[in-house]
Amino acid sequence: MEANTRSTGRLPAAFLTPGSSSFMDFLGAHSPEMLPGKRALPPVQGAIQAPHGTTIVATTFPGGVVLAGDRRATMGNMIAQRDIEKVFPADEYSAVGIAGTAGLAVEMVKLFQLELEHFEKVEGTQLSLEGKANRLSTMIRSNLGMAMQGLAVVPLFAGYDVDRGRGRIFSYDVTGGRSEEQGFAATGSGSIFARGAMKKLYHGDLTEQQATMLVVQALYDAADDDSATGGPDVARRIYPIVAVITEDGVRKLEAEESSEIARSILERRLEQPDGPRAALL
Amino acid sequence: MTTPFYVSPAQAMQDRAEYARKGIARGRSLVVLQYADGIVFVGENPSRALHKFSEIYDRIGFAAAGKYNEYENLRIGGVRYADLRGYTYDRDDVTARGLANVYAQTLGTIFSSAAEKPYEVELVVAEVGATSDGDQIYRLPHDGSIVDEHGSVAVGGSAEQISTFLDQRHREGMSLAEALKLAVQALSNQPNGADREIPADRLEVAVLDRTRPQQRKFKRIVGRQLVRLLEADGAASAPTDAPSDTEESEGGEK
Repeated sequence: MEANTRSTGRLPAAFLTPGSSSFMDFLGAHSPEMLPGKRALPPVQGAIQAPHGTTIVATTFPGGVVLAGDRRATMGNMIAQRDIEKVFPADEYSAVGIAGTAGLAVEMVKLFQLELEHFEKVEGTQLSLEGKANRLSTMIRSNLGMAMQGLAVVPLFAGYDVDRGRGRIFSYDVTGGRSEEQGFAATGSGSIFARGAMKKLYHGDLTEQQATMLVVQALYDAADDDSATGGPDVARRIYPIVAVITEDGVRKLEAEESSEIARSILERRLEQPDGPRAALL
Repeated sequence: MTTPFYVSPAQAMQDRAEYARKGIARGRSLVVLQYADGIVFVGENPSRALHKFSEIYDRIGFAAAGKYNEYENLRIGGVRYADLRGYTYDRDDVTARGLANVYAQTLGTIFSSAAEKPYEVELVVAEVGATSDGDQIYRLPHDGSIVDEHGSVAVGGSAEQISTFLDQRHREGMSLAEALKLAVQALSNQPNGADREIPADRLEVAVLDRTRPQQRKFKRIVGRQLVRLLEADGAASAPTDAPSDTEESEGGEK
C-alpha cells in the first residue's frame, strides 16, 4: 500500500488522524480489504482442502510458561508439511501457538504481532497481558465466517504477566471465546491425548527444564495416538518448537536443545513405549 | 467590498518560513550522532511522558524539534506508514529513505498550501545499517526539503551553533559513552560562552544499536544505565561498554 493516494505523495488524512493506537482499527479505516476478517468467501460445495496445523501445548511453572507445538501440517489424510512452525513470539513477553487452517493462522499471527508492536510504538507502553489476550479474541471472532466453512483458527496464547509476575495461558474457541487455563492447556487435533498426558505429569513446582520436558512428552503422546500430530523426526532432524517465556522475555529453544530433549525422551520410550508412569494412588 | 491586499508570492513564502522557523527555534535543540555501533539521539527534555525520540520501525528512529502536537501527529503517521508497508510487503521493504520522502511531501504540501498553517517542526529520520557505512540520517526542515546528513546533525533552537560545534569534534567510530558526552557538551554549550550543566534526569537518550540481537534496534537509555554512561571515562570505556544486552527495567520497554 503506497502512501500516495493522490499525486502529491503526502500522507493521506487517515494517517494523520489522531485517535486509535490499534493497527487493525487503522487498517479497517484506511484499507478494509486488507483485514483478514473482511474477506467474503464465495459459496463452496463441501469442505475446502487446505493445510491444517495440529497440536499445541502449554504449561506454566513458577516464574514463567512454556509453549510448544509439533511440526506437522495435514490436508485430509495427507501430510502437507513436515516442518511447519506453529509457535511464534507475539512480542517480548508473549507467544502464540496456532492450530487450525495454517494459511489463515499465520496471517492472523502476523497481524497480531503487528497489532501489539504498533500499540507499543504509538503509546510508548505495552498492552497488559489481558489486553493482548482480548485483542486475539477479537481477531478470532472476525474469522467466524471462515470458521463456519471449515477454515477455523484456534490458537493458544501464553505470556508472562509482568504486573503479576507469573506465566499465564489463554485458550480460545472458534467463536473467539477466551478462557484462562490453570496449569496447562492444549489445542488442536491431538490435544485430547496431550492433555491426558499433562494431567498425569503436571505439578505446581516444576522447574523450567521439567516444564520443557513435560510439553515435549505431551506432544509425543499426542503424536502416538493422533495421526495428524507429528512426532520427533530423527532422520530429518525435525523436532518440536518450544518457546520459554519468563521475566527475561520469550526465548525459542535452539535446535540443539529441543533435539536433545526429544532424543532423551525417545531413548526412554524405546524401553517404555507409553512413557513415564504416574502413581496409582 | 474590500479587495485583499496584494502580497507577492515570494513575500508570502518568506513570511511562512519565518513563522515556522520562529516556532522551531522556541523548542530545545536535540542532536543525532553516529557512533561505532549505531546512532544515538540526545536531547534535553524535562518531560518523561512527551518523547522527542521514538521508534518507527525495526531499524528506523525518529527525532523532532518544534511543536509537540504537530510532530506527534507526523510520528504516528510515520508509524502507520511503516507498519502498513511492512505488512503489505516485507519488513525489509521499510526504509528511512521512503519514510523521509513521505515526510518531505507532507511537510512540503502543508508549507505551500495557503489554506494550512505551516508546521513548526524539524524532523530527523535515521536508519541504522549493518555497518556504519549503511547508516542513513535525513534532516527534514519545515518546508519539505530533505538534507542527507553524515556523522552528526542538530535541530531546534540553536541548531546552527551546535552543528558547528559537533562538526569540529565528532569523528567516526566513537564509543557510545564518548558520543553521548560530546552530545551533552554540545547541548550545554551556550551562545554567550557560559556553559550550563544538564543533569541526567533532564536528558532524553535513545539509540539505534546494530549489535542488539532483537529485530527492533531502537532502545531508550534511562536511569542507572544513562548515569553510568555519562560517568564512564571516555578513554577507558571502549565500545564494549555499549550496552546492548542490559535491558533496564525502568521504562526500557522498547
